[in-house]
Amino acid sequence: MAAVTETLDTVQSVTQSGYKWGFETTIEMDFAPKGLNEDIIRLISARKEEPEWMLEWRLKAYAAWLTMTEPRWARVDHPPIDYQDLHYYAAPKKKAGPKSLDEVDPELLKMYEKLGIPLKERAILAGVDPDTVENTQIAVDAVFDSVSVATTFQATLRKAGVIFCPISEAVREHPELVKQYLGTVVPTADNFFAALNSAVFTDGSFVYIPKGVRCPMELSTYFRINARNTGQFERTLIIAAEGAHVSYLEGCTAPQRDENQLHAAVVELVALDDATIKYSTVQNWYPGDANGKGGIYNFVTKRGACRGARSKISWTQVETGSAITWKYPSCVLLGEDSVGEFYSVAVTNNHQQADTGTKMIHVGKGSRSTIISKGISAGHSNNTYRGLVKMLPSASNARNHTQCDSLLIGDQSGAHTVPYIESRNLTAKVEHEATTSKIADDQLFYCRQRGLSEEDAVGLIVNGFCKDVLKELPMEFAVEAQKLLAVSLEGSVG
Amino acid sequence: MLDIRGLTASIGDKPILKGIDLTVPAGEVHAIMGPNGSGKSTLGYVLSGREDYTVTGGSATFNGADILAMEPEQRAAAGVFLAFQAPIELPGVNNANFLRTALNAIRRAHGESELDAVQFLKLARAETKRLAMPDDMLKRNVNVGFSGGEKKRNEVLQMAILRPKLAILDETDSGLDIDALKIVADGVNALRGPEFSALVITHHQRLLDHLVPNRVHVLAHGRIVRTGGPELAKELEKSGYAGLIAEAA
Ligand SMILES: Nc1ncnc2c1ncn2[C@@H]1O[C@H](COP(=O)(O)OP(=O)(O)OP(=O)(O)O)[C@@H](O)[C@H]1O
Ligand SMILES: [Mg+2]
Repeated sequence: MAAVTETLDTVQSVTQSGYKWGFETTIEMDFAPKGLNEDIIRLISARKEEPEWMLEWRLKAYAAWLTMTEPRWARVDHPPIDYQDLHYYAAPKKKAGPKSLDEVDPELLKMYEKLGIPLKERAILAGVDPDTVENTQIAVDAVFDSVSVATTFQATLRKAGVIFCPISEAVREHPELVKQYLGTVVPTADNFFAALNSAVFTDGSFVYIPKGVRCPMELSTYFRINARNTGQFERTLIIAAEGAHVSYLEGCTAPQRDENQLHAAVVELVALDDATIKYSTVQNWYPGDANGKGGIYNFVTKRGACRGARSKISWTQVETGSAITWKYPSCVLLGEDSVGEFYSVAVTNNHQQADTGTKMIHVGKGSRSTIISKGISAGHSNNTYRGLVKMLPSASNARNHTQCDSLLIGDQSGAHTVPYIESRNLTAKVEHEATTSKIADDQLFYCRQRGLSEEDAVGLIVNGFCKDVLKELPMEFAVEAQKLLAVSLEGSVG
Repeated sequence: MLDIRGLTASIGDKPILKGIDLTVPAGEVHAIMGPNGSGKSTLGYVLSGREDYTVTGGSATFNGADILAMEPEQRAAAGVFLAFQAPIELPGVNNANFLRTALNAIRRAHGESELDAVQFLKLARAETKRLAMPDDMLKRNVNVGFSGGEKKRNEVLQMAILRPKLAILDETDSGLDIDALKIVADGVNALRGPEFSALVITHHQRLLDHLVPNRVHVLAHGRIVRTGGPELAKELEKSGYAGLIAEAA
């Protein structure tokens, strides 16, 4: 049986097992039978009340997937995954999609409260300037296993013209937009996991910011895997039309279990002329125990297309969880003077494995990209940065700057940097810098002499090391991320 | 009161401290002088708990507590502060944040409430002002890109904020200009009181003019070979260590 931690109140209360989000919620679930075949896909599609074209799209992806094999090039290692031994659909029983927060199962609301996710639209306090309050509000789409259970602030957003809803709802309510963009950034047969996702994706968020609109609040999706033996395959699609602006954040946790669970998501971003999308991730799936038992396999395809001139897509990720992370949030810089950014902190401890990085594909003239990657490896973990910077012949005067820093804690962990650079334009410039360092004993002693515990000292040094990335996170999440880094590295020294 | 008896310590299998007996009563400031390599810094590290050193014999108590049995952070909470001969750089770690975390850790250990950022800054600004240091000292990363003298001043600032009961200053005066020297002395003098003791390691009589010690000890080859009043430092300034060491041998 999986261990259950019930101490959630403060960081101090975190026990030896470290992971404080590992509790399980007991709730009646509706499962699809285990296994994957056309009937299961039809069942998912039917549960979602999808139109025929969506089902066909899925079946085509499934046919492609059947001909594909898992990628083998990443520096990760795991026993074979039995794709027939998983549930591909799991949803809390009750109505398919609650219409309002009042209809959400109170058990679920309790769980989100425990996780610190605000699912209540708090009334604006009397006497407070509504504009400033608005800015600190966050609209949340909460995805529990295979379905979205609640999306907050929809009315406020609708007023601004913003669509923020579960993707299953978008398929029904905004088919023209979904048809126009879905699969255009990550084609269904892009890679093994993307094809699998396209066939069986269950929920995720859909965002459309119309021309000239600056989204009035942070949008965020909170993913929670709860059910056993269930894969989570979410799909997110964000479109920022001309001049639009949006900042989006995703967070994720899962119960602590002995078996591995598969998470294979696809995220597609589209930015038109002068549009900006800022996409931040705080990934905290269950990493497995100190001996490497259990944990999430996080095999994710994230890609953004800067289609418009001067468009900008910025990925910021803080990756502390998962037994295995395989993830390369990328930008295809098509537009002239478009900008791609990738800021990443990846922490691995115990037996975690991370192979993560980015691809910047420069097509447009004068396109620019920045990559800052901070890898921290402790315990027996392996942490690889894998990045591709590609300058196509059309990318005149394109620029890339890459900075990859690795920090090692202890002497059993590994850090690897694998940068690929391909330049087919003589005017394009690519710069790559890399460093590897260790937390020195005298740094730890200096901190401890001043009164800090060894763990606080590591937390402080690691946060210092990651500063350039953490400052890219939206304010509200930066503090959370800092705590998370410290907690993930607990027990890594001494 | 710091009470050291028969203390021996080594690095690997190389003995460095060969039997130190030293008592610093509460309220007193003692200076430690001695040739390069005699074990002065080692004494500071052993008292503050650096792991590279192995205590092979003897004892050290502070206000009755066996400090050698404590973790470094517990010693810090008990009031032990070491101003490093070569302060350590912490890239990306903001000085104010570092000091607030340290101060709050010590306050927690004493069951006192933690200071929030605003309360802390108020206190820290008052100290920087009193020590005539620029405010941006607090904003910079701990010792990164600091000049030699700035690093030493930063140690004094940390001491002023953490308010230790036993301060060990390891050549905090070395490499300082004359004004800064006064700052170090003022930093220690400001803490002087019936509950405060200090061990001031120095090579220069100059510092001791501003910071008149109750006793001066000479450490050579891992032993204290001579103890005297403030006049001993002046005598050494003139005659050097050679005669003393020969005498002790
Ligand atoms: N890590 C180490 N490995 C080997 N020997 C060491 C180490 N650290 C110190 N020592 C030796 O221990 C002895 C005492 O060193 P210590 O630093 O305590 O001297 P000190 O009295 O502070 O000298 P100074 O006046 O130059 O600062 C020296 O001979 C030194 O070389
Ligand atoms: Mg020394």
